[in-house]
Amino acid sequence: MSPEPIGGVETSAILYLDGVTVSFDGFKALNALSLVIEPGEMRAIIGPNGAGKTTMMDVITGKTRPQHGQVQFAGKHDLTQLDEAMIANLGIGRKFQKPTVFENHTVEDNLYIALKEDRTVFSVLFAKRSPAQAKRLDELLEITRLGPHRDILAAKLSHGQKQWLEIGMLLAQDPQILLVDEPVAGMTDAETAETARLLREINKTRTVIVVEHDMTFVRDLGVKVTVLHEGSVLAEGSLDHVSADNRVIEVYLGR
Amino acid sequence: MTPAVRTALFGGASIWLLGLIAALAVIVPAMNLLMPPDSAFHLSAFAVTLIGKYLCYALLALSVDLIWGYCGILSLCHGAFFGLGGYAMGMYLMREIGDRGVYGNPDLPDFMVFLNWKELPWYWYGFDNFGFAMLMAVVAPGLLALVFGALAFRSRVTGVYFSIITQALTFALMLAFFRNDMGFGGNNGMTDFKDILGFSVQSDGTRCAIFVITAIMLAAGFLVCRAVVHSKLGKILISIRDAESRTRFVGYRVEHYKLFVWVLSACIAGVAGALYVPQVGIINPSEFEPANSIEAVIAVAVGGRGTLVGGIIGGVLVNAVKTFFTGTLPDFWLFALGAMFILVTLFLPKGVIGLFKKTGGIGVKLPGLGKLASGAAKEAKP
Ligand SMILES: Nc1ncnc2c1ncn2[C@@H]1O[C@H](COP(=O)(O)OP(=O)(O)O)[C@@H](O)[C@H]1O
Ligand SMILES: [Mg+2]
Repeated sequence: MSPEPIGGVETSAILYLDGVTVSFDGFKALNALSLVIEPGEMRAIIGPNGAGKTTMMDVITGKTRPQHGQVQFAGKHDLTQLDEAMIANLGIGRKFQKPTVFENHTVEDNLYIALKEDRTVFSVLFAKRSPAQAKRLDELLEITRLGPHRDILAAKLSHGQKQWLEIGMLLAQDPQILLVDEPVAGMTDAETAETARLLREINKTRTVIVVEHDMTFVRDLGVKVTVLHEGSVLAEGSLDHVSADNRVIEVYLGR
Repeated sequence: MTPAVRTALFGGASIWLLGLIAALAVIVPAMNLLMPPDSAFHLSAFAVTLIGKYLCYALLALSVDLIWGYCGILSLCHGAFFGLGGYAMGMYLMREIGDRGVYGNPDLPDFMVFLNWKELPWYWYGFDNFGFAMLMAVVAPGLLALVFGALAFRSRVTGVYFSIITQALTFALMLAFFRNDMGFGGNNGMTDFKDILGFSVQSDGTRCAIFVITAIMLAAGFLVCRAVVHSKLGKILISIRDAESRTRFVGYRVEHYKLFVWVLSACIAGVAGALYVPQVGIINPSEFEPANSIEAVIAVAVGGRGTLVGGIIGGVLVNAVKTFFTGTLPDFWLFALGAMFILVTLFLPKGVIGLFKKTGGIGVKLPGLGKLASGAAKEAKP
């Protein structure tokens, strides 16, 4: 890792990726990817399977280190130098493609664990649930519509409910920016519409990046779209704008 | 605290277990000291010590259950932490012998005189003080666990890879303690203890006192572990066990949590070892044999991994069966151990405790062993 200073770029962006390259045994999952997300924005990222969408999230959250390029958060944090826990505590929350909740904990405990709080070992050992936290948990259960299920094990939730629980856990972390990977995969139409509502609600106070295949869902969100292809940006703009782009049509139709 | 947690904390098996330990602590010494030797209710000193030994193994199994059952760390070196605690006690007991050894040397233990050593090595200083020696029984295993764990967890060594290096650790310690020039008595270890705090280790009164202290320490260890697993930190441990990488993304420094519970567990194993030595009257490098650590793990699997009561039950049960086999069919003990493990894995995945509890408290739904190993292999890839 080169301790290259990240100065030089003056930007208002909350998230700034420039020339990010990740290769796995020579195969470039990300190829000089550049992306700028403004505070408060909601951005949809689309692209065929294998375009590098999940890898991009891995890079932002510290799971994968890029070979080249800059990844900068809020103009002052070089994310390529930090580990997963540090990045999470800076205020970047992530929902995985495959829903991952803590199955042996109750719904409420899943949210409790995620609540923003001092995470050093000894303060967690002696942590007591405060009334403010209890209130926040009630709110989160309300937002995710999981209130009736608060005392059951997360393992018992349906697929859609797990996705919402995971989004609730993200909110509990009180992040500035949420990265949401394919939230509606495997959901019914009603659940999909509900998820769009939830994300729009969240976007009122936070920046959101959503990766999704489902075009109806993306249209529903009505936000700026970035099309990824073979690890770099193919097109960017409104959904109508990018779907009129010939290269995008070719990538999607010529698969 | 949710109602579910409250019941787990105050109800059910915990109360039974504590009651049972308290009853043992009263009844066993009473049957030994108060009943005349020809009474049917008299318990021999041998029996008192034997039960005391089981309680030590139960404490060891408890410590293994804490990290394996709740944090998913499969340690194959807890016998070493147990052994180090035992050596600390052994060193104190050797110093207590004073000039009553075979060579009558007031300053040096017999084995050092035999090796022609002229003075006490620096690392034996202080061990004539009981308090210091007991501190070391906790600090020595704790420190080893701290250094080893810090290195391993920071490098994100997990699963079977971690287990294998713990096995190597206890093996290396065994070889080291076999060497005479280490100053711990070589392959003979330490024995022929005379007294502890001025009381003869052979007397019934002392044996009973040590038994009671062992019972108290087992109860204390149980309460400490229970406090930990029912705290918010306990929930994080389970999260790490079930979804380590996810726990990191929620913002927890997984390696710090593992290190904390790993060191705590090693310290508890050290206490068990220290209590064990005056009861069996000897400590030697065979305590570091890898098989001992594996036995403790199997005890946890048999009792019920991921429930503290299960760990304790397993520790007693497996060692009671061991007593039976080493007495009647010594050649078959290892087969019996293996068979117990296989039978439990196949037919009682929640262990013996699973027979009594319908809902396994907070330790429900553990991955099977096969899944454990393959999952670990997947995760260990950098
Ligand atoms: N750890 C890895 N090792 C090797 N190849 C990988 C790894 N992660 C992702 N890839 C490859 O990188 C490409 C991009 O993957 P991914 O980011 O998951 O795509 P998407 O999420 O857009 O479907 C795929 O071809 C995938 O096979
Ligand atoms: Mg993906």
